[in-house]
Amino acid sequence: MARPTRRSPLTGLGTLFGVTLVGLLVLPFLALAISTPIGDLSEGAAHPLFVPALLLSLRTTLMSLIVIVVLGTPLAWWLASSHSRAARVTEVLVDLPIVIPPAVVGVALLQTFGRQGLLGPVLGAAGISVPFTESAVVLAQVVVSAPFFIQAAANAFRKVEPDMLIVARTLGAAPPMAFLRVAVPIALPGLLVGASLAWARALGEFGATLLFAGNMPGRTQTMPLAIFSALESDVRLAVVFSLVLAAVGVVLLLAVRFAPALRQTVGRSA
Amino acid sequence: MARWQADVQTRLGSFELDVSLEGDAQPLAVAGPNGSGKTTLLRAIAGAVPVARAHVTIGKTVLESTEPGIHVPIERRRVGYVPQGYGLFPHLTVLENVEFGLTTGSDRSPAETRRTRALGMLTELDCQPLANRRVDRLSGGEQQRVALARALVLEPDLLLLDEPLAALDATRRRAVRHFLAERLRTFGRPSIIVTHDVRDVVALNANIVVLDEGRVVQQGSLASLQQAPANDFIAEFVGAG
Repeated sequence: MARPTRRSPLTGLGTLFGVTLVGLLVLPFLALAISTPIGDLSEGAAHPLFVPALLLSLRTTLMSLIVIVVLGTPLAWWLASSHSRAARVTEVLVDLPIVIPPAVVGVALLQTFGRQGLLGPVLGAAGISVPFTESAVVLAQVVVSAPFFIQAAANAFRKVEPDMLIVARTLGAAPPMAFLRVAVPIALPGLLVGASLAWARALGEFGATLLFAGNMPGRTQTMPLAIFSALESDVRLAVVFSLVLAAVGVVLLLAVRFAPALRQTVGRSA
Repeated sequence: MARWQADVQTRLGSFELDVSLEGDAQPLAVAGPNGSGKTTLLRAIAGAVPVARAHVTIGKTVLESTEPGIHVPIERRRVGYVPQGYGLFPHLTVLENVEFGLTTGSDRSPAETRRTRALGMLTELDCQPLANRRVDRLSGGEQQRVALARALVLEPDLLLLDEPLAALDATRRRAVRHFLAERLRTFGRPSIIVTHDVRDVVALNANIVVLDEGRVVQQGSLASLQQAPANDFIAEFVGAG
């Protein structure tokens, strides 16, 4: 017969701490949801700031995601498969944007691509101006969100056994084919999680974008910047915009959490 | 009968492998303590590790020769490799695993022909009913057969097996050992098998080479090693004395 377990006072305290933290995490979103009457939603969606900001956010985050996946996948593979010191140093460098505040990233981007910046004269001579354009929005998103994809992708690639790639090669696959037909499919769940996290981070990007790309409606004003602008004139509008962005975030979170399980279920039944 | 030769010298960190082997269609069993270089040797022959100096030939085909600078890439060596744990691709079904090697080369035979060949090999190895199963749902013995089918369907000139029975429990091991011996006899081409069990050597009627710290300590038939084992490990391995 199982002995009844006695709950220690520490367990109770731990539970209380946990519940408090979960409450702090969830309560603001609950308040956001219940403070918005349905009527306000349609009114907010009809506001002239809403559609351009939403479309700009979707367009730029899609662009930045493509850039991150195309440039980041080979880099993540190298980080996962190389034991060199250069790889370990690069891994630390890649993580830099995570620990540096986005506003600092914005200033740093200005110092790099601005007219007086490091690359300013070269870009200027070529007739290219990056700051305060849609390209600047994409660039800011790439810098702040790429580490999330690269980290997740490198971890996913570390789970691919080197022997599988050797076998693929003995079966006639050249290195690129072995990578695409063996390493990528095996790492796919991790790659999808990384891409989702990077996209979510890009969608919520605010500080670096504000400083490097500005807040020009229809040109560089993404959804988080539109919320910031709306807050100055109409709180209800800001709440509606926030709700839409939060809904997109929830959908992404559910996709990240349940896509691998769903994939396994589908695979099993196939 | 195809003869093969593998002179390999390589350094991986502080480990150094310096081995000269040769053989014919009779299987060669490679034994030795953990870390003696058995897996590195197989990978070097397959072309999967960089070598400092090497001369690897099968019949008249030179796969690697550092002197004239010949290095045939892994994918063109026609060497079959079954690693420890079998290395089956978990995202593919059994049939797709076996078909994989038929879809990688320049020989683009029709999908139907590829499927027929793969199914034929699975049937030969008594795995046809498993064709549409996911590989992670197979038993150890079934995985071993599928890995073998995947390597054999390409009719390689040399087959490398790294501890093919290690992942099996004792009862399955005996049945699979006899199956493997039978298959290698039918295969009729050179094969190198890493093993820790002298019963594999007996069943496969193999010659033995024993490695230690990256060097060959002794090689020959089982009887010759039993008669004069070079060290305690070999005496223990062949059950001498």
